Amino acid sequence: MLARIEVPRQARRGEIILLRIAIQHPMETGYRPDNFGRRIAKNVINNLVCRYNGVEVFRAEMGSGMSANPLLQFHALAEASGEFVFEWVDDSGERGSERAAITVSA
Amino acid sequence: MFAATLGGGVFAAEAQRLPAPKSGIAYAGADIRAMQADDFANPGMLWVARGEKLWNTAAGRSNKSCAACHRDAASSMKGIAAGYPRIDVASGKLVNIEGRINRCRERNQSADPLQYESEELLALTAYVAHQSRGMPLAVTADAANRPHLERGREIYYRRQGQMNLACVNCHEQNAGRKLLAETISEGHGNAYPAYRLEWQATGSLHRRLRACYYGVRAVMPAYGSDELLDLELYLARRAAGLTVETPGVRR
Repeated sequence: MLARIEVPRQARRGEIILLRIAIQHPMETGYRPDNFGRRIAKNVINNLVCRYNGVEVFRAEMGSGMSANPLLQFHALAEASGEFVFEWVDDSGERGSERAAITVSA
Repeated sequence: MFAATLGGGVFAAEAQRLPAPKSGIAYAGADIRAMQADDFANPGMLWVARGEKLWNTAAGRSNKSCAACHRDAASSMKGIAAGYPRIDVASGKLVNIEGRINRCRERNQSADPLQYESEELLALTAYVAHQSRGMPLAVTADAANRPHLERGREIYYRRQGQMNLACVNCHEQNAGRKLLAETISEGHGNAYPAYRLEWQATGSLHRRLRACYYGVRAVMPAYGSDELLDLELYLARRAAGLTVETPGVRR
């Protein structure tokens, strides 16, 4: 699953940083019929987790009300150098992940 | 006015260039403009990112990637999309970026052409066109493409469909006015492939043109058909001076 993430490469300790992720996904609601009138199965990214050096800092549980190709953004407190890891899974069981390193100075 | 129209017949394809064309983004609301301006929030950039991956991926029996010949697209593809559609020298046919990519696949990569409007072709087209972002459309008119330009112009002014409307009726005579909740734009293709919120996806200019055919209840020409290519050429010429915005964001 294709995704883009935006994590600052550098930050000062105690700084509030903005994290963004955009994922290419149809976010199929389960309410739409196809051209033959058959219902298209619901398939949305139902769970997304972001961990900062192993500690969960953000979690989103999504349903059929989300647009396709969702963009999520949130803030975190820069505490130590390390890595942000984003992981998510959709209803079909397909998983995706992205990671980015950050250097935190005193 | 009438005399001017007649006089224009000599250089028919040249006559109706807009004095100061306005991009569709100028007719969009503040939220859409902000989404297009922010390269991260712009969902079309997901297709550009995918196109970059495909650019560097080997394809076909040649096992060569686009990058194997063209190297860095940031320099080799810069400004290319601003000059399309253009005549393919080898075949003498008019091609747009989608057609150019597919011809390159067949001739140089020994790969099957990508289906029009497939995710792969949209991604590659968006990636190639994106390298020209900010550059003014500069399609030249010459003896080779003049018949196409003439036909494109004829289609642009031809009333058609159950609504009996021509492109010009909405996109010039009523540009800036409302059609239900939408503001009618001048109908320029400079942002395509573009992300349309209605589609929840990135789509080609031909998809957008087909939507207009559907809107006036006319028979939709096939993707990549001569009719849509001729119209695309005329639109590019008509939009001369506007800059490439790919990937644009539209309602």
